[in-house]
Amino acid sequence: MKFFFRIIPKLLIILFFSNSALSSESEFEKVLTDNFKLITKSSSKTVEPVIEKLLNSNFSKVEEFLKFWKSKKLIFTKKTKVIATLKQKNELGYELIQFSNNKNLGYFKKKEFKSIKPNSGVRSKISNALIGFQLQSKDANTRSKSLETLARNFNPKYLKPLKNTIEKETDSKIKKRMSELLVFGTIKYSTSVKDKIASLNTLRGNLSIEARGVIASLLRSKVYVGDVKPNLPNLARIIVPEETIKNMDGSSSKPIFNFNRKPEISKQDAIELLIKAKFLKDFISPSRRDEILEQNIIKGKIEGVPVGKLITDEERIKTYNLLVKSNKALPLKTTEEINEIIKKHFFYAVYEEKSGEVINIAKKIFNNTNYKVNFYKYLDLILDGLSLASIYFLGAIGLAITFGVMRVINMAHGEFIMMGAYTGYVVQLFIPNHTVSLIIAFPLAFFVTFFAGVTLERLVIRHLYKNPLDTLLATFGVSIALQQIAKNIFGTQARPLTSPEWLDGALVVNDVLSISLIRIAIFALGIIFLILLLIVMNKTRLGLETKAVTQNPMMASSMGINPDRINMLTFGFGSGIAGIAGVAIGLFSKVTSELGSDYIVQSFMTVVVGGVGNIWGTLAGATMIGMLQKLIEWFNPSNTLAAQTYMIIFIILFIQFRPKGIIALKGRAAED
Amino acid sequence: MISKFTIKTMFVIFMLMFSSKVIADGHGTIKVGILHSLSGTMAISETTLKDTMLMLIEEQNKKGGILGKKLEPVVVDPASNWPLFAEKARELLTVSKVDVMFGCWTSVSRKSVLPVIEELNGLLFYPVQYEGEESSKNVFYTGAAPNQQAIPATDYYLDELGVKKFALLGTDYVYPRTTNKILKQYLIDKGIPESDIFVNYTPFGHSDWSKIVGDVVALGADGKKVGVISTINGDANIGFYKELAAAGIKADDIPVVAFSVGEEELSGLDTKNLVGHLAAWNYFQSAESDLNTKFIKKWKAKMGDKRVTNDPMEAHVIGFEMYVKAVEKAGSTDVDAVRKAMYGIKVPNLTGGTAEMLPNHHLSKPVLIGEIKADGQFDIISQTEEVPGDAWTDFLAESKPLMSDWKSMGCGMYNKNTKTCVQIKSNY
Amino acid sequence: MKSSYLQKLNSRSSFFWVSAIILFLTLCMILLSEAYGLNLVSTSFTKVLGKTLCLCIVALAMDLVWGYCGILSLGHFAFFGLGGYMIGMWLMFERTKNIVIDSTKNNVLPLTETEINEAVGTQIFGVVGGAEIPSIWLFADSLLIHILLVFLVPGVLAYVFGWLAFRSRVTGVYLSILTQAMTLALSLYLFQNDSGLRGNNGLSGLQNIPNLESFSQAELSIWFLVASGLALITTYYVSNLIVKSKLGNIITGIRDNETRIRFLGYKVESYKLFIFVLTAVISGVAGALYYPQAGIINPAELAPIASIYLAVWVAIGGRGYLYGAVIGAAFVSLASSFFTGGQIPNFNFGIFTLNWVDWWVVILGLTFVLTTLYAPKGIGGLIEKIFRDKEL
Repeated sequence: MKFFFRIIPKLLIILFFSNSALSSESEFEKVLTDNFKLITKSSSKTVEPVIEKLLNSNFSKVEEFLKFWKSKKLIFTKKTKVIATLKQKNELGYELIQFSNNKNLGYFKKKEFKSIKPNSGVRSKISNALIGFQLQSKDANTRSKSLETLARNFNPKYLKPLKNTIEKETDSKIKKRMSELLVFGTIKYSTSVKDKIASLNTLRGNLSIEARGVIASLLRSKVYVGDVKPNLPNLARIIVPEETIKNMDGSSSKPIFNFNRKPEISKQDAIELLIKAKFLKDFISPSRRDEILEQNIIKGKIEGVPVGKLITDEERIKTYNLLVKSNKALPLKTTEEINEIIKKHFFYAVYEEKSGEVINIAKKIFNNTNYKVNFYKYLDLILDGLSLASIYFLGAIGLAITFGVMRVINMAHGEFIMMGAYTGYVVQLFIPNHTVSLIIAFPLAFFVTFFAGVTLERLVIRHLYKNPLDTLLATFGVSIALQQIAKNIFGTQARPLTSPEWLDGALVVNDVLSISLIRIAIFALGIIFLILLLIVMNKTRLGLETKAVTQNPMMASSMGINPDRINMLTFGFGSGIAGIAGVAIGLFSKVTSELGSDYIVQSFMTVVVGGVGNIWGTLAGATMIGMLQKLIEWFNPSNTLAAQTYMIIFIILFIQFRPKGIIALKGRAAED
Repeated sequence: MISKFTIKTMFVIFMLMFSSKVIADGHGTIKVGILHSLSGTMAISETTLKDTMLMLIEEQNKKGGILGKKLEPVVVDPASNWPLFAEKARELLTVSKVDVMFGCWTSVSRKSVLPVIEELNGLLFYPVQYEGEESSKNVFYTGAAPNQQAIPATDYYLDELGVKKFALLGTDYVYPRTTNKILKQYLIDKGIPESDIFVNYTPFGHSDWSKIVGDVVALGADGKKVGVISTINGDANIGFYKELAAAGIKADDIPVVAFSVGEEELSGLDTKNLVGHLAAWNYFQSAESDLNTKFIKKWKAKMGDKRVTNDPMEAHVIGFEMYVKAVEKAGSTDVDAVRKAMYGIKVPNLTGGTAEMLPNHHLSKPVLIGEIKADGQFDIISQTEEVPGDAWTDFLAESKPLMSDWKSMGCGMYNKNTKTCVQIKSNY
Repeated sequence: MKSSYLQKLNSRSSFFWVSAIILFLTLCMILLSEAYGLNLVSTSFTKVLGKTLCLCIVALAMDLVWGYCGILSLGHFAFFGLGGYMIGMWLMFERTKNIVIDSTKNNVLPLTETEINEAVGTQIFGVVGGAEIPSIWLFADSLLIHILLVFLVPGVLAYVFGWLAFRSRVTGVYLSILTQAMTLALSLYLFQNDSGLRGNNGLSGLQNIPNLESFSQAELSIWFLVASGLALITTYYVSNLIVKSKLGNIITGIRDNETRIRFLGYKVESYKLFIFVLTAVISGVAGALYYPQAGIINPAELAPIASIYLAVWVAIGGRGYLYGAVIGAAFVSLASSFFTGGQIPNFNFGIFTLNWVDWWVVILGLTFVLTTLYAPKGIGGLIEKIFRDKEL
């Protein structure tokens, strides 16, 4: 008996629970069958009620269901319309299991079922529903993931749960993120002005895109038109058509310089607004006028005026006025009348936020952060310029030797850069580890292009030292041939040269300023090259001998230097450096056969602008060109081509005034 | 003496030069001109289409050709050079005397060919998605018009992803320019303020993306969800997606939908950072249908296991089958007869459903949106019913009243308001 | 007998020979043409020939400025393209305007000038997403002004550039690179869709000459062939005149030793500028004749590589020989289109198949290197050498 007494409650409990489990399971299944279409062919517009119903079914596997759904693991059978999961695939076919009750459905052919693929909008809705489960999860990773989902799309219903979990949170990082989100959520959705202001004040000086977004959303405004002067606590600005511009914080101002900034409302916009608000009635637009004219054509004439005469606007107005006189049309409004009407009315914008107090604080914070954002933007611009400069420097540094020091015009230099890049690509084909392949690619690229350079020097350039124009021509031929050979071997399609994973990210200072690591690496490489080159040219025997040979070959050879050998080695060295630069350039962009020709003109410009024969000059030239190009781009952001055009025109003009470049050599070495 | 000698040699040279013209007239075959670049920048995309055509022709010949005549492919190489497209088209029509041409990829090349085929009354099947605003009597557009690709994708952004701010990034040429103009108007009509639409064009093969990507990220500074609509073409995509990945942007934060990135383009890319970004097409290799499975199998058997199929290939498949049916229906290869027979011809799509040739020379096709997977294929997450292609978009004021109907009106640019045919020949 | 004729090849009689050959060729083409003759030669071939003649003109200009004056300009094809653009603007505007007027003649109200311009603007600039006619198209409805612009625009650009460059004594390779930069800037500018010249779409449909729609392409192609032939003969005559005159001696002197000529009291800069501008104008005219035959012009035509190829033609033909330039341009450009046309069957070496389309450019590039190294005077020098040897 005792036994019975003990067991009965347990049985009861089991019975009760299994009963409720059964009922929630059947309810769940019912939701599934009722909303079968909405689940299998989901749309983010219709999915929310379905998720709500699923959650309400209280079935223990709802969370699992949502997770499976989100990760595209659910399947439905085409005939029986059952939602299932795949158990295994073997020679018998695909074995499916009904999701709700784990019933084995047997084997299916591939044609008989289809997987459910929710789009990312639906997936984000599902994730949002999962937040409720995940916020309390024991796994810190899950919690922080759910916070990110919440951050993407803040649902006010989680405001309270969030507040409650903050205190319990043990992980300090997650806790911090939670309070951040709570601040954002409060500003967006709280009804208490006091709470809002308190939250707002914590955002002072916060440069993150999220924080700025929240503040900006407080400052959104809408344009209205009225016939009385508006007097509202949340009035954003009064707009004068054709005059005032909109400031970023929602206020308006009259610009002193009208540089590139259109007034917020043009006259045409004002007329449209007035018509829409019914303040301007019976307005006849030119197209309406013409329609009326057309309707009144009688035997090729309008009020006695032959249609053929109406080839100017004046004639049309005149004829229309004839129609007005005979009461066949409404009078046109003169420009003065329209101006008068516009003047009489008030155009203004109103913030969506109601409380004036909140708006004032938001404005202050917005303007304050805006200064900082602008500062970082300028800094970003400078870094962008530097990064471009380092790329130009890399492209030009080989030339600084072959052209700058040796005075050999090598138009195939760009193709050496390309060869280096392709070397990197080929190495990656054989060595899948990107870091190792890169370590191998750099020296290999140097050797490949070194030998290419030496070959070119021996076969072609050596014979033409006396005649630089012919060198230019012959190397053009080589350049054309090399480019085509690359096309024949590697195809015209761009080949990827993937950077190692540790170079994938970016150095993030804040949400305004970040530089991708690969650019920093290229910058560093540029500096290494500069130092290396300075050492080689000034401290090693080769460098000194090169200088001697270029300045006075006769004297040099009588001092026991073999000019032939030195020329060959120096040219090879310059070409080899081009090869290394090629790997670096390929890493940050892409490898094509036209890679070289993209850089060659700019590279020559860099060397010439900087001052021939001087490595510091090349550095100065690259910096100037890179910075300037970014600056021009900044003024004209939607058109990078224009920036390049103006850049080149600037260089052409610059050379007019400083033909010897920024850093001109003096004395004997300067003579051509 | 000398002059006689020179005259003789000159005559010999001349005879050689036009001999090709005399030899070229063949009988008893149907000549199919293939006008795709086999060299130059576009070769990578267009060579695939040439191979597709050769495969289709070979197969049709195995079935006995059309009307008992064998098909004879005439392949020329316009070398990605737009003037050369016009020259080669003229050669195909006057020297080789082809009955039909399949070809072109870029809009510029099509516009370059247009005057020639309209002058000589040729027939061209154009297989690539394009910007619309055109309907030539002599061209059948088997690729997507904007309302079959760009508009549904934008709708998807608006309705499904809740995107509020748009970055329209494109390579600077006709297709992105016109598409973005249409999209901008469309978005404004949908209530997106103009200040929330960021438009940027970059040159072909652009590689310096850091600033532009930074600008796109900064768009989110006012708390609205940002989406990128990319009409970036070809190689430039590599740098763009690389920079996106470097900036740590995930598809869930800022999705990118591309109109020019398909399986072929992805095969040259490392896709691990692109997972979840989108593309809109009328066809994906991953489409599940028997026809598609068969087609992929044939293609791989012929070209190798690594090759992928893509949207313009499907367009050629549909175009070619339609041509075959039309010739059989018309009973001849006469251009005008075939053209008239084309209207209303239905051919099954590789993605399921049927494509129909409309009187405006465009197809009705379903629109598919796919998410990029790690293996370079697409997960199809949305597939519409067949959408009829619209030659003149309804979203621009100047082309709204225009329509094209070659079947009953015989006009490719008909103004519904003034009820006049604006022009019969295209302006290029 | 033979040698005495041919020895004079480089003198005035070379003019006779060149013009005789061109006239003969043109006549043959007319006799064999589709439009006026036996219908044995296709229109497309006529066009190729006509275009080749235009290329010969620009090669002549290049030879004058480089072969005789020693300025290796890598920008003359840009002038060529500019000429094409200038005439193209008129062709396109006028044709579109005719279409617009034609299509609206059934309208109830006749169009006003602004409406016509709006419609034309939408038609022309629709492809770059615009509708307004940019201000540089101000005179696009006037053929006369645009023919003037064909001369003026390349001329003025060359004048400004040349004045700047020669004034600051930029010479030799620096000048070459500077001209190349100019070409690059120009083509980049034109590539912009905001440039007002339809960006990379360029101007198209140029083969349809407005107001001459009733004539077929077969007829028009012959007219253009004749016009190009005459233009080539005229250019050759003028060039020959210059080369043989005192002016010719001075510029050759500048090429050989600029400093000495300057010390002799000549204003070297002015002479250089004159030749530079003159050849730019000649190139512009050649372009204006070329592009209506090609049918389309786009910025890719002006890319630096095109000017390099121009230098290649002249170098292979022989710089410093007028007929050399003509031969070089005709020979290399015809050979290029022949080899890249895909009509030549592949050459099988057993292990390696030579695909002409792919390898032609490589062969051309290497030929060019060899020419520079071993035959710096090109074909012209070879011809001269043959006859000199015979005479000895």
